[in-house]
Amino acid sequence: MDAMMRKERIDRGLKVRTEGIYAISSLREILYLMGPRILLIAGLFALPFVFELAPYWKKVINIMCAYALLALSFDFLANYVGLVCLGGAFFTGVGGYFAAIFNTTLGMPIWLSMPLATIAGAVFCTFCLLPCLPLRGVYFAIVTLMYPLLFTRIIEALDILGGTNGMSGIDAFPNAYLENYTIIAVVLIFLFGMRRFVNQDIGLVLRGVKDNDQAVRASGISVTRMRIIAVFIASLIGCFAGAYIAHLYMWAGISLFALDFSIIPIAAVVIGGGGTLVGAIIGAFILVPLSEILRAFGTFRIVIYCIILTGFIVFKSEGIMVYLQRKYHQFERWVKV
Amino acid sequence: MELVVYGIINSITLSLISLGFTLVYSISRVPNFAHGALYIASGYLTWLFLNKFLGMPYVMAILLGIAITSAIGAFIYQFVLVRIRGMEISEIIATYAIGLAILEGLRWGGLRGGTFSLPTFFAGSVSIFGVSVDYQRIIIVGAGILTFALLYLFTRYTKIGLAFRGIAQDERAAMMLGINSDVTAILSLAIGSALAGLAAVLLLPLGNIVVETGYNVLIFAIAVCVIGGLGSWGGVVAASFIIGFAQILTEYFLSAHYQMVVALLAIIITLLIKPSGIFGKQKELEERV
Repeated sequence: MDAMMRKERIDRGLKVRTEGIYAISSLREILYLMGPRILLIAGLFALPFVFELAPYWKKVINIMCAYALLALSFDFLANYVGLVCLGGAFFTGVGGYFAAIFNTTLGMPIWLSMPLATIAGAVFCTFCLLPCLPLRGVYFAIVTLMYPLLFTRIIEALDILGGTNGMSGIDAFPNAYLENYTIIAVVLIFLFGMRRFVNQDIGLVLRGVKDNDQAVRASGISVTRMRIIAVFIASLIGCFAGAYIAHLYMWAGISLFALDFSIIPIAAVVIGGGGTLVGAIIGAFILVPLSEILRAFGTFRIVIYCIILTGFIVFKSEGIMVYLQRKYHQFERWVKV
Repeated sequence: MELVVYGIINSITLSLISLGFTLVYSISRVPNFAHGALYIASGYLTWLFLNKFLGMPYVMAILLGIAITSAIGAFIYQFVLVRIRGMEISEIIATYAIGLAILEGLRWGGLRGGTFSLPTFFAGSVSIFGVSVDYQRIIIVGAGILTFALLYLFTRYTKIGLAFRGIAQDERAAMMLGINSDVTAILSLAIGSALAGLAAVLLLPLGNIVVETGYNVLIFAIAVCVIGGLGSWGGVVAASFIIGFAQILTEYFLSAHYQMVVALLAIIITLLIKPSGIFGKQKELEERV
């Protein structure tokens, strides 16, 4: 009689030994651990050269990385702090407009206006989101959903900041390579920085805020204060993306508050795998080129994202990155039951 | 006098819009971010039945539109939400994504410009206290009050209605008494969507069916619910009157652009002063973390 078979998953030896502490004894093992990271870093730095002959796709790399930053910020907030931000466009809009003001009105050079816009934007966003931070997560989702729409209306109604025409005449990057490498470097810095950050004590507390806020409170730590820190960091990442986009297009307008900046990062995180941080970036690298290819479909692209998004949430909620990590760290075999 | 009459009409409009959202939230604890999309979908379906399937009477088209919207709501629960129940992050993302898919799908499918509009039920207008009000708005007020009365009776004197309240108050205790949580949740989404559809067919004849209305409806519904206290019935009425009159006043003294600003400011102020809303007393502790 044929026995029933079942799939068995076993951790690779090195994974068992090095979970948490790195006990590495050979070059091969070093490669096993460093390989994926080096691949990502080297691959990202090589991208502008690969597309040397296709200037259009070099532009797409920039946008892709900007979306990757937004996805990173969403992933951090949703899966490490438990706050769902439905309005990533709020961060890009605020960052972009601050960059425009600093650069055109105050005449700052590009290397000053971008970092300053990032910080000023993050302070502004955190301040705006302050009222809903002591409350349950659903209020954060509601308020972030409203802010981009609200700012669009205010700018339209009051005709401030260039009104519907937007603010033009923002400095461009000196050359295309700087354009590429600025954002690539920033993506990598934020990615690895955030990975460190969430594994430190404060990251543990933030995860506590997500999973059991009462326990955090009982430990004498203020949930609101923790959330303020988290929202500040997330808006820092988002506002940089906004400031960068403003400089990239040499223009800041109400389209910086567009729906795309909110929905693509969410879809990227869900597809890439929530809670892995790298997954968010991988997701953006899949979705943004896809959306360039599907440019002819117009707004139907949002429908496609939403369907993919819902499909992943319902049927494959772990996402690509978690799946790949499992395949990398474990091997499978069929055994008799 | 004009301000008072139109304030009352606007308030009842707002409460009609937000009734469906608050019903779904209070019973199944799912923030239904697809509410605005269901509203527009229902209006569009009614328009479709009325204009593409000729000979269908208006009443029939309306009933079919509402019925299909209600079925969509039930489908959303049965095939998507039931699998991610209790995971707040996934619930929010999934309902938002479905709503966006419906709205942007309709926009792509040709729902653009001012070419889509439903006829009013009865043409003409009447003068109340010297203010001329058209029949449609009077029907809205009447239908709004009627809906509230029916819902009140429904939740107090029918078995399903009592089950709804039981689940809303204490899910575990209700389940112990043999109330099926999933069935009530499906029904609540179906009824909530039907209410969105009802609001749509009542209100859309006053304007055109455009996608942007879907987003506005969602935002006003949420604003009313947050200010009244999420999941509170009395709160919905009170908050609609507050926002309704505030909007009419700003529109009269400033401009119509500020309607959304009023809604958001009201939310922020509520969250700062009394996060559980006007009537969210018994759940005050739950809202804070």
